[in-house]
Amino acid sequence: MNSFEYASPRSEQEAVELLSAHDGQTAVLAGGTDLFNLLRAGCIAPKRVVDIKNVETMQGVSAVSGGIMLGALTTLDEILVHPLLRDYGSLVQVADAVHSIQIQAMGTIGGDLCHLPNCWYYRNGYGLLGLEHGQSLVEEGRNEFHAVFGNRGPAKFVSASRFAPALIAWGATARIVGPEPEQVSVVPLEYFFVTPKSAEQGVTVLKPGQILTHVVLPEAREEIVSASYEVLQMEGLDWPLASAGVRLEIVDDVVREARVVLGHVAPTPWVSLDAAATLVGNVVDVQSAEAAGGAAVARATPLSENGYKVQIARTAVKRAILRAAGQLEGALT
Amino acid sequence: MAERKFSWPARSETTLIGKDIPRIDGVAKASGQAKYTADINTKGTLFAVLLTCPYAAAKVKSIDLEPARKMPGVKSVFPFKKEKDEIRWEGDLVAAVAAERTEQAEDAVKAIVVEYEQLPFFVDEADVKRAAFADRTKGAGGAKKGDVEAALKTAAVVHRGHYGIATISHMCLEPHGSHCGWKDDDLEAHLSTQNVSGTPGQFAEPLGIDAANVTVVSDYEGGGFGSKFAVGEWGVACAKMAKEAGRPVRLMLDRATELKIAGTRPSGYADVTVAADADGTVVAWDSLHWGTAGIGGGGVAVGQMPYPFDFPNRSTAQIGISCNTGPNQAWRAPPHPQLCAMTQTALDDLAAKLNMDSYDFFKKNLQFTQFGKAEVYAAEMEIAAKAIDWKKKWHPRGEGEKGAVKRGLGMALHTWGGGAGACTCSVKVHPDGSVETFLGSQDIGTGTRTIIAITLAETFGLAVEDIKVNLGSSKYSRSDGSGGSITVGGVSGAHRRAAQTALWQIFDKVAEKHKIESADALVARGGKILNGKKEVCTWKQACSLLGVKPLEVQGEGPKKDGLTSERVGGVQMVDLSVDTETGLVRIHKFVAVQDCGLILDELTARSQVLGALIMGISYSLSEERIMDNKTGRYINADLENYKLPRIGDVGELVAIMYQPDSEYDKGVVGLGEPPVISPGAAISNAVANACGVRVPILPLTPKRVLDALKGGKA
Repeated sequence: MNSFEYASPRSEQEAVELLSAHDGQTAVLAGGTDLFNLLRAGCIAPKRVVDIKNVETMQGVSAVSGGIMLGALTTLDEILVHPLLRDYGSLVQVADAVHSIQIQAMGTIGGDLCHLPNCWYYRNGYGLLGLEHGQSLVEEGRNEFHAVFGNRGPAKFVSASRFAPALIAWGATARIVGPEPEQVSVVPLEYFFVTPKSAEQGVTVLKPGQILTHVVLPEAREEIVSASYEVLQMEGLDWPLASAGVRLEIVDDVVREARVVLGHVAPTPWVSLDAAATLVGNVVDVQSAEAAGGAAVARATPLSENGYKVQIARTAVKRAILRAAGQLEGALT
Repeated sequence: MAERKFSWPARSETTLIGKDIPRIDGVAKASGQAKYTADINTKGTLFAVLLTCPYAAAKVKSIDLEPARKMPGVKSVFPFKKEKDEIRWEGDLVAAVAAERTEQAEDAVKAIVVEYEQLPFFVDEADVKRAAFADRTKGAGGAKKGDVEAALKTAAVVHRGHYGIATISHMCLEPHGSHCGWKDDDLEAHLSTQNVSGTPGQFAEPLGIDAANVTVVSDYEGGGFGSKFAVGEWGVACAKMAKEAGRPVRLMLDRATELKIAGTRPSGYADVTVAADADGTVVAWDSLHWGTAGIGGGGVAVGQMPYPFDFPNRSTAQIGISCNTGPNQAWRAPPHPQLCAMTQTALDDLAAKLNMDSYDFFKKNLQFTQFGKAEVYAAEMEIAAKAIDWKKKWHPRGEGEKGAVKRGLGMALHTWGGGAGACTCSVKVHPDGSVETFLGSQDIGTGTRTIIAITLAETFGLAVEDIKVNLGSSKYSRSDGSGGSITVGGVSGAHRRAAQTALWQIFDKVAEKHKIESADALVARGGKILNGKKEVCTWKQACSLLGVKPLEVQGEGPKKDGLTSERVGGVQMVDLSVDTETGLVRIHKFVAVQDCGLILDELTARSQVLGALIMGISYSLSEERIMDNKTGRYINADLENYKLPRIGDVGELVAIMYQPDSEYDKGVVGLGEPPVISPGAAISNAVANACGVRVPILPLTPKRVLDALKGGKA
């Protein structure tokens, strides 16, 4: 690991200023559960690491007008037990499915959303896009854990975020500060993620000197239910083979509004309007959930080794829907 | 006086043998007081970091170590490779740096400049046609018996199938490595080894010193499953760097390098034809095998196929594939797990084709098992079936639940030698009654210290806490390395002989002093010497008769005196569920019924079985080496992608030790390896029973399960 400067700001503005130095060749340290892996593997070599743990405004969960605001430093443990999040079932389910008590204690929601891909080509030094001599190693290489959607361009990794599908389904927004210290922007979380055309683009809209400070959730209402379903091979710390987050508005047993978002199937969280459309106007049952699962994966473009992920993604969508409606039975977890 | 014969106490009279005795070093290990090689940090220790090659095949065009030598904190730089040397697998060692701090060594390693010429490579071990096209195949033997062709023609049912089991890496908690320090010309090497007595010479020869100048120490061992018999080039390098620096050096392999070069279990793939009469009696076996053990080709030795059966007509042939992958090292019960997985899956498919309950089918064919274990297997099958409720839960293949999650049962059986290894020990009984022993064996985590203490304490009528066991130094008397499940027999036999010999001498002195007619009437129990039920004196008083010097007796083994024996069986049955919509497999209950002759410590014995089941579940469901055909690299050489089970993945494990009097009377037989053999076949068979489809290749990952279900091939 290369030597780097260490900075520990106390405010968002100070953090942004510190991150803007060195032409943005800086890295954010929050929980640190993945940053050290990246540093040690040489995947990133920042000139400065900015430890944001002492920025108080970025911590904790609070009620705001029209919803709930989560500081980017909110830990998974806090999400698991916070009374304000009790009605956001899908979020709690994701935090629970992380299984590792160490990650739950240290990992943050902001760190999860900014998590770099776990693609083994990236982690073994072939860059974000997994290239050798300008050619994709993923295409003809070992791609069993890679993308089955959005993979026609050079990026074939899957988005590593566990929480994004659930949060996007909830219609969450991201609050971003920087690169000017007082500059604040708010974007729907769906548009926070990007599929890079080049390694320099990164996996989010964050530009050098920008930082994700908060995630804002709209109000939970009685007629809204949500759930997440992650297919995890291992009981211990493991990455989902595919996942789904859903949010349904159900009135008189009929779905009035639906959001279905898949995870770990594409370079970004993958919103399925098709799956949502099959649900609206229908009653949730095994048939409608299955139809939604089928619709969600109908346009998948699997690579040479990951056709099985299409089936897993279909199942994740179906089961997330059934789980949201309290109808999930007979699944092996 | 009656003839004095070495023997174990009558089963009804044991006080410690066969009970549940916790490890005597358990607290030291759990509290961190026990120091492993990776913990040794004597004053002035330098820390070494390795530079490895990222290519599967390359030639070193040039190597410049000078920049590393100039880096801060660096005290020694060692080249494994020089100009023009060839590298034939990724991860091969290129250089090492020893520095004041690990971080400095890491920086210095990065400063080394190596120019490689990349060479063509081949790493596709599963595809024999591609391998043949790439000229990477070589015949690796086979065997024939009877007339397979004729038997196939007349058989009632013939089954043809493809089976396989992927390569896995050794994955000890403590990686390979050593801490080496010099005092003048004497080397003291703390070594993570299964072979304390056998390693001084491995240091001495390349270092150009006498083996007498080398002391190898291994007080505690963070696991050894067959890959830790050699010092390794990294061990020699550690000693050389320590010499050059004039300071101790610690060099442990990093996890990725451990996975890539420190030893793998060869892969095995096979096309099998197997046939039976209408009643399920197997009449013919034919199999063509391929796989790799690394650059040398080889693969799984198939001499014992079909395992462990000897059908009247059989034929096997093996093709070795030379791959640019790290070398293989014996892996717990080599190569039985692979043989079992390639045999008993095919047999189970044949049973399904015959519409027979797998239990009945295996039972019918026990007549063909080798080594005369048929009766033991039959008894063990009955016990296992009862424990897992086989007859109630079994259903014809694929005819269980209607929903997405389907439950199934599977079984397999195995055998292993486990005869006693060579051991010499020096047992000292001090005049104050304290007892200690010295031997150049090692406790690789299997409870060797504890079973030695049990053997001595049982013999002398003491408690295990009264015994001091000194092992793990090559300066003690010679013992074999711990491999082949030979240690328990080796050390217990030698210690029983030494202890009985010492006890007889003490009894003679007691008889003389207390004017007892026959010393043979005496027994040692509860810290006392008894004549019948009457106390003659305490153990301490008896030992005081030794005078001022301790009584020292050497114990040796193995001997053919009945204390130890060989050859075990073992039957395993598993109850699991398959989620046919996600490909996940979850174990509900895994029952292992295991014999191993006389059991010294039931608790330790069950622990061995449980550990083996966990290891078996690992290679059956998730653990495998994944080679990348594009880069030639071991692409999952990290603990995120090299998937090992946690406790939540293993379900309910049940270890039942099968020990009727006939087993007790056999004497001690090794246990460490056999219970790891059957899980692959048992789990694969249960998955097939559950979902109606054979998933041909282990481990049974969600991908393989879903691909098999999609193919729908039985």
